[in-house]
Order: sequence, then structure tokens, then C-alpha cells
Amino acid sequence: MKTTLAWLKTHLDTAAALGEIVETLVMRGLEVDGIEDRGCALAPFIVARVVSAEPHPNADKLRLCLVDTGSEMVQVVCGAPNARTGMLGVFAPPGTVIPKTGMVLKRSTIRGQASNGMLVSAAELDLAEDHEGIIELPQGLPLGQPFAAAMGLDDPVLDIKVTPNRGDCLGVRGIARDLAASGLGKLKPLDMSPVPGRFACPIAVHLAGPDDKACPLFIGRVVRNLSNRPSPRWLQDRLAAIGLRPISALVDITNFITFDLNRPLHVFDADKIASDLVVRGARPGESLAALNGRTYALDAEMTVIADDSAVLSLGGVIGGESTGCTEATRAVYIEAALFDPVRTAATGRKLQIQSDARYRFERGLDPEFTRPGIEIATQLILELCGGEASAVAVSGAVPQWRRSYRFRPARTLSLGGLELAAPEQRRILAALGCTLSEPAAEELVVEPPSWRGDMEGEADLVEEVLRIHGYDRIAPLALPREAGLPKPALSPAQRRRGLVRRTLAARGLVEAVTFSFMPRPLAEFFGAAPKSLAIVNPISADLDQMRPSILPNLLRTAQRNADRGEANGALFELGPQYRDDTPEGQDLVAAGLRVGRTGPKRWDDLGRAVDALLAKADALAALAAAGAAPESLQLAGEVPEWYHPGRAATLRLGTKVLGYFGELHPGVLKEMDVEGPAVGFEIFVDHVPLPRGRRGRPPLKLSAFQPVERDFAFIVDAALPAESLLRAARGVDRKLVADIRLFDVYTGPGIEAGRKSLAITVVLQPEEATLTDAALEAFSQRLIAVVEKATGGSLRR
Amino acid sequence: MESLDHLRDEILRLIRQAASLDALEQARVAILGRKGRITELMKGLGALDPAARRERGQALNRLKDEVEEAIGHATRRLEDAALRARLAEERVDVSLPVRAESDGRVHALTQTIDEIVAIFGEMGFNVAEGPDIEDDFHNFAALNIPPEHPARQEQDTFYLPEQKDGSRKVLRTHTSPVQVRTMLAVKPPIRIIVPGRIFRSDHDATHSPMFHQVEGLVIDQSTHMGHLKGCLIEFCRAFFDIGDLPVRFRPSYFPFTEPSAEVDIGCSRAGGGLTIGAGGDWLEILGSGMVHPKVLANCGIDPARYQGFAFGMGIERIAMLKYGIPDLRTIYDNDLRWLRHYGFLPLDVPSVTGGLGR
Repeated sequence: MKTTLAWLKTHLDTAAALGEIVETLVMRGLEVDGIEDRGCALAPFIVARVVSAEPHPNADKLRLCLVDTGSEMVQVVCGAPNARTGMLGVFAPPGTVIPKTGMVLKRSTIRGQASNGMLVSAAELDLAEDHEGIIELPQGLPLGQPFAAAMGLDDPVLDIKVTPNRGDCLGVRGIARDLAASGLGKLKPLDMSPVPGRFACPIAVHLAGPDDKACPLFIGRVVRNLSNRPSPRWLQDRLAAIGLRPISALVDITNFITFDLNRPLHVFDADKIASDLVVRGARPGESLAALNGRTYALDAEMTVIADDSAVLSLGGVIGGESTGCTEATRAVYIEAALFDPVRTAATGRKLQIQSDARYRFERGLDPEFTRPGIEIATQLILELCGGEASAVAVSGAVPQWRRSYRFRPARTLSLGGLELAAPEQRRILAALGCTLSEPAAEELVVEPPSWRGDMEGEADLVEEVLRIHGYDRIAPLALPREAGLPKPALSPAQRRRGLVRRTLAARGLVEAVTFSFMPRPLAEFFGAAPKSLAIVNPISADLDQMRPSILPNLLRTAQRNADRGEANGALFELGPQYRDDTPEGQDLVAAGLRVGRTGPKRWDDLGRAVDALLAKADALAALAAAGAAPESLQLAGEVPEWYHPGRAATLRLGTKVLGYFGELHPGVLKEMDVEGPAVGFEIFVDHVPLPRGRRGRPPLKLSAFQPVERDFAFIVDAALPAESLLRAARGVDRKLVADIRLFDVYTGPGIEAGRKSLAITVVLQPEEATLTDAALEAFSQRLIAVVEKATGGSLRR
Repeated sequence: MESLDHLRDEILRLIRQAASLDALEQARVAILGRKGRITELMKGLGALDPAARRERGQALNRLKDEVEEAIGHATRRLEDAALRARLAEERVDVSLPVRAESDGRVHALTQTIDEIVAIFGEMGFNVAEGPDIEDDFHNFAALNIPPEHPARQEQDTFYLPEQKDGSRKVLRTHTSPVQVRTMLAVKPPIRIIVPGRIFRSDHDATHSPMFHQVEGLVIDQSTHMGHLKGCLIEFCRAFFDIGDLPVRFRPSYFPFTEPSAEVDIGCSRAGGGLTIGAGGDWLEILGSGMVHPKVLANCGIDPARYQGFAFGMGIERIAMLKYGIPDLRTIYDNDLRWLRHYGFLPLDVPSVTGGLGR
């Protein structure tokens, strides 16, 4: 909502300066989004007289002008066809910045003649779009004065952000009313005196739906024998200042009253209305060729105004082309009506029509101002276009809007935190237009004014009191603290997510945050793209499916980074992925990806291609951080189809799947145009059981005896998972075996094809006595027997 | 009896002249070894008479002590020389670049959320969560946003397909549905914050279709606007680590709060930049207000007994302001150079006790 300062002052009698007005607006909830001080940019442009305009000696289309700037005579070369002796124009001295181009004007020589400045056009000042010559000012303006001030163009324009509840401030008068209530001046009286009708209104209106609320009130009248012409300067300037294009007096008047008084009106060319009017729901197949040049197909939920022949207008949204006013219009039918906010909004939305009328109707209008609106419009039409007015024809009635609420001034403190005496509270509410009565001590009954349909309930009245008195006068108070220290903000499950995150980062993975959606075909590659998780109105086709896995987003991210020259990416994300659209269908996953090599080559480390075991290390670290000890986990070979079937595994705790790791499937990489190799992992962090029962740790028992290490090598089938050998060895004597380390995996000379050698170091930790040679030998024999049996292998001798 | 003086001189010269630890050891063996000069003399003591034996024995012992001390000195001297010689030979090019350790980082948004949690945790809030895919009731209706409400049109909502009953799930447009879920699940007093992903159908230089918000909710019997102001002023000053940061509350409108306030912090735009702090200018960073009585009622809480405040704030926005991130779009680019530059060391866990300025 835009207004100018001078416009605002036509409603508000105030001595307040611009700054104070802006500050007050902001602190009353009418946020000032911008102040355009046009006078400032236009200050160097002054009124000047063209003393003489002679043909340029060396150019046909140029003129040599002698210009009186009030302080000196300067020569200017000018190309405008309208430059002529005696005219008043706008002069820009050298050094001036031209608003349109941002260029600094310089002294120059044009075809051998000095040009010491410029006579400017409206386009060059960004005041108009056309470029029809230089500005011509009316005679009598003082030379040398800034032309903007002389022409009233220095009036600052305020752009005010009106919140959806404050429809009443979508007119300049509403804003003035709020400022007056804030004590920043007095609201000037408004002449709403009825214009007497010279004849009966020849057009009757029947209200016929679509339902009772669609249009409860419709007021109309005809003005005939008028002549539609351009609006006077003041009206054109006012509309232009807020960005509206002046069209003709009749149209400009309706726009003016919309923005000045927040009363949308519509004017029909009365001679083009074929019969009486009916307000009704549109019929199947009906359409409207609207004033914006487009034709709209209508439906029964839309309120139209029609005559016997056709739909003429879409109530509260837009008028029709067929009855539009032109320069030839001699009689108008003025409509001032009330249209249902909900239906108006729905119609506008469905047809995608944004209009000033719709914007206001859907926010709710002052029902009592319908009649004054049409009277003021009539006055203006008679004043600017002449003619004679009919009597006003009223169909329907002002709907019941009166309602009242209990209000306890004590709530201003107990809810609003502001200590304010009750009389001042009453004053504020009354100044806002509320009607007050005081049936009981400590309690008021407040009836909001007709223009404040938004005021509802006691809390809202508290807000009004706070708003006008000033939120800045509410004393801040610290929230009362709990006695003692606060409890942890994070649940154990939340806290361990942080640990998982920082563990992965500590392992060299960089945390990324990617979108929750992805392209549907990609989702299909990674599990599923159920219809129920498709986005109906995606921002782009690229983001149309909720992600079933985080990995594809990381893969795409890694490839983008590779394209930028970072071939060795290590990324992770801790975030949601989606199985279905229920709250339970969202899983929190830590997903990570490493591509390329372990690092760039360097003097002591050439690095190596990333492999599945690197991803395994990441996955195990994440799981350990989440509370799942690596030795409690089982590996299973079955993996989702986006992993390499032979180089990946599922990590399970019993039957519960905690995650996957491994090399990504080459087919997926190819499909996604990702250069390999790429390994990754996905961990369902919340699936790891939380510790139950007593916290803390078991007591630490330290043995006083020397640990002993023994190495063994076994020759086993090449396909045997190392883990089965390790598990067998571990199981030989759980008390005695403190650790088992696999230190060699060997195939090659000395080992027959299809076999491999696995060598382990077993650490034995006796607890009661030093191990004797005999005990050690007995253990070794047992271990060899157990491992050979479990693996089908044999000790390498 | 033969005087020992000559022998002493000879022995000490021998020790002095030893040029290496090996030579010194040879000398020691020649003197004190089993067949050494002094050892031999000691052996001869038995043949002397007791008086002479005592005198001779004492003299030999003195000599032996003296010789041992000399050997000790010589050993240290030669060891020092040997060490010096070795060090003179040993060299490592310490200018070689060292092995690159992990350069992983935690994302700036994560760090920001951890900071927010640290501050509000200190004020007794705990962290609540809810799903990203919401239904109409939790995202709109319970929050006093009826279908035709203009506010619903202004939030560009992402929809999932229509279900059999005609309803449509949405991607939550704010974290406020978690207010509703919490109020329906627990009894007051309530103090929660809700950091999380939210979604709006908007994509340009200053809008991302997905971003993060943190919601706050306090419900009890006595919390009022003064507490709302106190709590949020305290937060802003702690978060930006500016003790005198100006904070301004302006009336505004949200369907789910009454009274409602937008919150601005002080800044300066002098010289084309943006600096947070006292600077004569204002920057809006969050919306807040007292929870609307209808919202309380919709969530099964008696508005005649309970009241409180709620707020919502864009996490990207405050992270950008605090850490000088100039462009929202770069946050979701996930350019590794960006992630390393604006990211945080994994061990840098924010806390109120440790300070939140970075």
C-alpha cells in the first residue's frame, strides 16, 4: 500500500515530520517498507527558460538553445523537436546524474558547438515511459528553482506493508485514522453528504446468490450527460505517485477512491447495459471478456453481475470489457457493493486475477462505508465530468457486523506485560473507534468499529492497547528460571545424533545439507518413488519426489564438486529420508560418500582409490558413536540394489537393520554420470537401541600378569569371510583371549589357487597366574582345532 | 717399595689419550681388568706384611678410585663428542609438508542450531521434533489458519497427492505444527524449541524451496509479553555475542498469535555492508507473539487458565548474519570450498559456558 506524505495529510492534520510519521507507523504495526524521496534524486534539475532556439549550424535535427537558468545564460545543444523559444523546461547542469541512465552529464561539444548542460525529458527522469521531447513546464514558475518542488513532485512516497488482518489500512484514510489514534494529529472530517438524485435510478438490481453471503449489499446509481475526459493534474499526479497509470476521469476516480478510502467501486458504461442487473452465480459455459484483455471461463461458485444478455462483471474481482468506460461514455452506472471475502478470494485464486478490488474484498471492507463511498464517488464525478445523478438504488442491506467482547484492563498486564491505567486503555480503544460500556468493576464491554472486522476477543483488544501505547514500553523480563540447573535440552537420542555427526566430520567427511526432494527417476534408482511421496506442485521437475535415500543427493553433489576440480570428495549428511507420508515413515539417516581417491598424491603418501572397507570404517564409527559396539554387529551379504552386490554389506543387530555400506553399483554411477569409484554408507541412527537401565561403566579389572602374543596363519578357502575365522578364534576362550588382530591376508606363491592365507595375532591375558608353557601350548592346539573345524582350513606350516 | 706416582701418571695419561670409547674401554681393561695393572698390584698385596699391606692397600685403593673417576670423566667426554658427531650427521627436512589429517567440517547450519539449542537450553527449553510431511490440521487448521485465510495463500505450500478421503498432505511450511503436536501430547508447563526443515514453494535469490526454522513455545499460567521480550532479547544478544545489541519489537500479525510482534535487531548499513550491532538501522529476524487462545483450545489447553508465547525464526538468515554468508543460494550448493570455509571443526562444540562468538 503506497501513499505520499501530502496525500496522507489530506486526511491527517499533523505537524509531525516525515521521520516521526514513519517511526510511528512502524511501531503501530504498519511497517514502512520503503520511502521514496523523489525530491532528493531530482534536486539538481531546475526550472529554466529557453531564451532562444535556433537551428544548429552543422546538423539538421539539432537545435542550439540559449537557456536562462536563473543565474546564468548557457548554450545547450538539444535534439528534442519541441524545443522552442520562450518555453519553460527542466535544465540539468553538467555533473548531474541522469536517473534513467545513471550517467554523469558532462560538458561537451556537439558538431562543433559547445553544450553546457541538458534540457531533459520525462523519460530521462524516470517520470514517464515515453520520450516525446523535453519536459514543458507551465509558465510562471520561478527560474533556477528545483523543478520537482515547483511541480509538487518532491512529495515522498511511503510504501507500507499492511498485514492481512488490517484491510482497513488499505486506504490512505485508514492509515491516517491509526496515526490519529496514536496521537499523531487529528483525523480531518470527510464530506460524505449525499448527492440528491435528480431522477430515479433506471437500472434495478436483483440479488440472487450464489448464496446469501455472496453479495449482501449492492448500491447503484446512474450519472448521465457527463463527459469522460482526462483527469485533472492533481488526480493524475496522485495516482502516478503510487504507480498507477491515469486513464480517464471515471476510471481514475474509482482507483482514487479505492486507494484513498479503501472503497472499491466499479463504473459501467450505463448505455451498454441492456437491462436490469442480477447478481448471481455464473452459469455453465458463461465467460467474461475482462478489462485486462483476457477472457475467463466462469463457474457457479463465482459471483457475477449480469444483464439479460451477458455477464458484465465479476463481482469484487474485475469488470468486463463490454461495459467499460471510454472517452465516449456519456452515462455511467456506479456500483458500490459488498462481496463475500472467501468467495472473492477463491474466484481470484482460481482465475489467477490479482486486482486491487479483490485484494481489498478478500481482506474485508467496512460494511457501513458502502453508501458514503458511492456518494463521494458521485460528488467527484459530477465535479470532474459534469452530468446529473440519479437517486441511489439499494439492494440488500448492510449485514450485521456489531459484536462485543468482554475486556478486563488487568489483562494488559497479565497477558501483555504492560502496566497501564484503565482510563488510558479506555481512551485508546475509544480513539480506535470502539464503543465502550462498563457493566462491572474491572471489566469493559467493547464493541469494535465497523471497519475493524479483524478485532476479535480479549487478547486482540490487549494487542490494540499495547500497539497504540507502544510495544517499546513493555518492560522486558527474564523468563523465570528453574530452581537450580536446567535439565538437558536434548534427549539421549538427540544427543547421540550430534555425536554421530561430529564423529563423521572428525573422520574427514565434510557435512553437507541437501534438499529433501530429488528428481523422481533418481528416486526410483534408490529404492522407490511412491506416488504418495510425489510433490504435486514442485518448484521444478528436478525436485518432484521426496527422497527415499540421501545418497543420490550426495552423489550429485560430489559430481558437481568433481566438475569443479575436487575429484576426491568426502561428504556426509545427517537428515531425513522418507518411506511413506506418515510421521513414522520418516527415518533419520547418516549417509556418507567418498569418491575418487583417499587424497591427492603427496611426497609420502600416494593415496589409493576409495574402497568398501573405508566406507565400512565410516559406518562402524557412526554406529559406535550411536552406541552400537562393532563386535555386537553382524554382516549380511544382502544389500539394496544401489550397492555393488559383491562389495557391500548390511549391518545388523540381531534381526534389526542398522545400515549399509560398500561400493556403489557401477550401473547407478553410470546412470547418474558420476565418475567412480564411489563408496558410501547409510546408517539408521535412531534404530540403534538406546542404553537402558543403569548408566556408568562396569568396574575395570586390571590383570597383574604379563599378556602373551602368539601368531597363527591358516590356509582357507579364498571365499571365506575373514570374520568367520576371527569369530571362531575369539570363541576359543573368551576369558583368556583379550584381542585378535588380523595382520596378513595373502594369496600367491606358496598358496594354491582358490585358497588364501589369513594370519592373526592372538593376545592372551591371564588373570590368575602367569601362563605356563604347557597352558600356552594347550591353548594353541585348541585354537588350531577350533579354527580348522569352523573354517575348513588348516594351519599354515 | 716402588712408588705408585709413576704408575699413576702413566695410567692417567693412558686414559686421557684414549680417542674413542673403544680405546677407553681397552685402557680400562688394561688397568682394572682381571689382568690389569692395578689388579695385578692388588694381587701382590698378600705377600706383604700386615703393616706394609695396609699402607700399600690404601694407596692402591686411592689410586683405583682416582682412576675410576678419570675413566668416568673420559667416558662422558667421549660420549658427548660421539653424540655431537652423530647429531652433526642427522638431518630431517622439517620444511616438508606434513601428512594431511582429517579436514572434515560440521555445516554452518548445524553449528548454528547447536548454538541456538545451547542458549535456549540454558533457559530451560528442550528440543522437540515432528515430521516434515504434515497434515492440514497440524500445519494449518489447529494454528487458526482456515482454508480461505489469506495467510494460507501467502505461504506457498508444497502438496502431496490427494488421498482417498480428499485430504492432502503438505510439506510443513513452518515448524509450528510441532507446537500443536507438543501441546496435544504433554501438559503445561511447556518450554520447547523446534529446529527443523521447512518447505515453501519459492526459489530465487533470497528464497530456497527448503530451509530451516526454529520454533519456540512457552506455555504456563503466567508468562506474558514482558517475558517474550526478555527471552528473545537475551537470545539475540547471546547468539550474536553483542551485549548491547538493540532489539526492537513491532506489532504485526500472525494467525496463531495475539498479540503478535516482529522482532528487529540493530544493524548498520554504512558503506554498503551490513554490520550487526548498534548502528541506527534495523533488520527483521523473527516473528513472535502470545499464543492465540483459539490455538490453545484447538490443542486441548484451556485458554482461560494457560497462556504463553511462541516464536519462529529462519536459521539460514541468522547464520548468514552471524557468519557473514552473503548469498542464501550458496548454502545449498554444497561446494566443498564453501563447506570448508564456512564449516566448523568437529570438536568445536558450542556452549554457553565456552562462549558463542566465533
